[in-house]
Amino acid sequence: MEYTLMTRIKIYLLTALIVICVPISSALAANEVNIYSYRQAFLIRPFLDQFTEETGIAVNVVYAKKGILQRLQQEGENTRADLVLTAGFSRLKALKEAGLLQPVSSGPLKENVPKRYRDPENEWFGLTLRSRIIAYSKARVPAGALRRYEDLADPKWKGKICVRTGSHYYNRALVASMVSAHGEAKTEAWVRGLVANFARKPQGNDRAQAKAVFEGVCDIAIMNTYYFGKMKFNKKQPGQREWAASLGIVFPNQGDRGAHVNVSGAGIVKHAKNRENAVHLLEFLSDEFAQKMYAARNYEYPVKDGVGWSDEVKSWGEFKADDLALVELFKLGPTAQRVIDRADWR
Amino acid sequence: MHLRAWFDGWSIGTVVLAIILVSPVVALVGLAFLPTENIWPHLVSTVLWRYIFNTLVLMAGVGVAILFGGVCTAWVITMCRFPGRRIFEWALLIPMAMPAYVIAYAYTDLLEYAGPVQKMLRGLFGWQSSRDYWFPDIRTIGGAILMMSLVLYPYVYLLSRAGFLSQSVSVLEASRLLGHGPWRTFWKVAMPLARPAIAVGVALALMETLNDFGTTDYFAVQTFTVGIYNTWLGMNSLPGAAQLSTVLLIFVLVLIGIERAGRRQQRFHETAGRHAPLPGYRLTGIRAVAAIVICATPLIFGFVVPAFVLGGYALEHYQTTLDNNFLRLVENSILLSAGAAGLALLIALFLNYGARLSGTVIVRVASRFASIGYAVPGAVLAVGVVMPVAWFDNAVDGFSRAVFGASTGLILSGTVAALLFAYVVRFLAVSHGTIESGLSRITPSMDDAARNLGATGLATLRRVHFPMIRGSALTAVLLVFVETMKELPMTLLLRPFNFDTLATFAYQYASDEQIEEAALAALAIVFTGLGPVLLLSLAIRRSRPAHQNV
Repeated sequence: MEYTLMTRIKIYLLTALIVICVPISSALAANEVNIYSYRQAFLIRPFLDQFTEETGIAVNVVYAKKGILQRLQQEGENTRADLVLTAGFSRLKALKEAGLLQPVSSGPLKENVPKRYRDPENEWFGLTLRSRIIAYSKARVPAGALRRYEDLADPKWKGKICVRTGSHYYNRALVASMVSAHGEAKTEAWVRGLVANFARKPQGNDRAQAKAVFEGVCDIAIMNTYYFGKMKFNKKQPGQREWAASLGIVFPNQGDRGAHVNVSGAGIVKHAKNRENAVHLLEFLSDEFAQKMYAARNYEYPVKDGVGWSDEVKSWGEFKADDLALVELFKLGPTAQRVIDRADWR
Repeated sequence: MHLRAWFDGWSIGTVVLAIILVSPVVALVGLAFLPTENIWPHLVSTVLWRYIFNTLVLMAGVGVAILFGGVCTAWVITMCRFPGRRIFEWALLIPMAMPAYVIAYAYTDLLEYAGPVQKMLRGLFGWQSSRDYWFPDIRTIGGAILMMSLVLYPYVYLLSRAGFLSQSVSVLEASRLLGHGPWRTFWKVAMPLARPAIAVGVALALMETLNDFGTTDYFAVQTFTVGIYNTWLGMNSLPGAAQLSTVLLIFVLVLIGIERAGRRQQRFHETAGRHAPLPGYRLTGIRAVAAIVICATPLIFGFVVPAFVLGGYALEHYQTTLDNNFLRLVENSILLSAGAAGLALLIALFLNYGARLSGTVIVRVASRFASIGYAVPGAVLAVGVVMPVAWFDNAVDGFSRAVFGASTGLILSGTVAALLFAYVVRFLAVSHGTIESGLSRITPSMDDAARNLGATGLATLRRVHFPMIRGSALTAVLLVFVETMKELPMTLLLRPFNFDTLATFAYQYASDEQIEEAALAALAIVFTGLGPVLLLSLAIRRSRPAHQNV
């Protein structure tokens, strides 16, 4: 079948029209809020649906792991995004520094999110907490042998420790907290000691380290608390429950500064078109219901004081958190990365 | 004459199109010049040399493996007759549809300590823990070479097979008449003749290797690309990452230049369209078995084994995927991939033909540089694509505000159109290279004859060249289709709201090391790729008429 020239021109015009009009029509739809998310959609969908049900505000999501900041930057004041959700906290700092967020003065937010977990200018807010803990093999390491992060550099653990790559931001933040406590030189010595104790080249995520301990590749691992929960209560792969059962865990430095914690968080986009809805959603996320659900879903801790912990996270005990403010961790991040590279924590 | 060539529509079109397509890479290179903290002293004194060493080892390993695997299988399939050949002919392409990071996950699950293989060995020999025996570690640079070779050899297989098939039988016969046996014929005649096609296949596969992040990150192999991401996200220096990307880009351009210079003296055109059946060595006994083993090995390890692992998970965990509107995911993936493949073919034809028609250097250079996006890691290129697209949107918006007083908002950003643009920028090299190697085999005297008979440039392309390169065109379509099905970092970043493809859906679980949930979607990518693979292989067979009934 051959199209005539006119028919073809019509088809082109129609296509062009669709391409142009679809985004415009979606921009006109009023009652919605648009999220650029560094967090996987399957983690956040359930309570976003709850939000829509309560308020009638539709929630649209794009999830991407890299480049959201650059996309916001380039889209400038025409961006359709209203809210950014992050999985860790390093992006929060980068977003703020790039001038892509706006301050929010909201009573509920100030009340719900403790000061050390939010930006001093109220441009970003922590939403869930996790601690970086030490896990060890119950069979091969005596209980109480490890009490502090500092102990990990002890030569007696030579060839016993598994951990993910040094430049991952969870490790970078941990190193930053060490720099804050001990200074750069002492921290570098500590990282060198830690690296000398590695059982293998760093690889995999935190869960892979726990598995390696279970398998006997190493005796000690460093991991975020939620990975422990994901294994301990794994319904789909019961094998992972065995890994968790073989592990003892330590919240380090309980006798001094407390265990290192980091957060996931969110901020409102500077050029948000649905600002009111976005603030509404952010308040919803910081409040009791979502706090409970957001934290429980990924085995994290709520940031809001007084929100009950899920039974799951309670099962491995309470702890004292290092009260170093997140902004301090941000400031020390680049120093920490250099320490990591120099000490060759690959 | 020169002036006329300058102003003809085709040349201008070629240059304009090339500028649009190269704009994301130019934007990235521009980023590299933004003022930033100097990252080099720190990198040079710490990690840079390791990045470079690992990258070279990885490229050398994958290069040798795919050259050997791809050319061997292509030669055996083209030249020999043995049981099962007809099936292997297309089946050898299947592993191409496997995302490398997915088979990396599958093999890790299979071969790690708690996996079935080691469990069985422990049971068999009574070992108690990992301290009692040695087992090769898959999460090493060797493992990464193996994983990537298993999914990338089909590039070399596909293109070298097309190269072998298009060879005139008279050349091969002449070689045999001159007393060469099959081996010498292979080395002295067939290989040099197929070299442009093989080079394209190897170059495409190596660029894929160079830019891989999923596998190398999972296996903790610190390559240059991993270094780019660490600089961008770890040291929070996008300009630094852009500088590293520029270095990578120059490296790739130099490599391609060396390869082209190496065969500048060798230009072959087919002079006759006579295709007598290729000789076909009939293999029996131990030789037939050897041929079957050669062809079965990459297929088993590149497809059967990982598909078995994934299939097991998919059977247990299909529910999550089905709950998420699985058919919609399939539909999105297929439509996007088909659109990207069609667009990339049209543009590759246009550019290549523009270069063929025009003698000017500018047009030739423009045509070649248009496909440079393949040499930049995906997530970095995604940022590069964001820039010109957003610039266009904001420029139109600014114009509209000034003239009409109304905002148009974002027109292309966050739409399927931006995604398609990104795919073409990234994968044009694939279709461009394939079409170029197809066109290069056609003697220019054909063009002269057609033009002398009064045909326009477009008519010559449509009626003379296109029928002759149909095989190459189909190859180009298939390759871009499959690549787009697997593509991840750009799809993640540039897609519209609430929009998922099979790849993005699989990834959100796989990135959480929940490969079980990702299994069905990953398998669907492979099986959706199967359809085009079958079509293509039929078409390639038909593209050589006399070869049909062998």
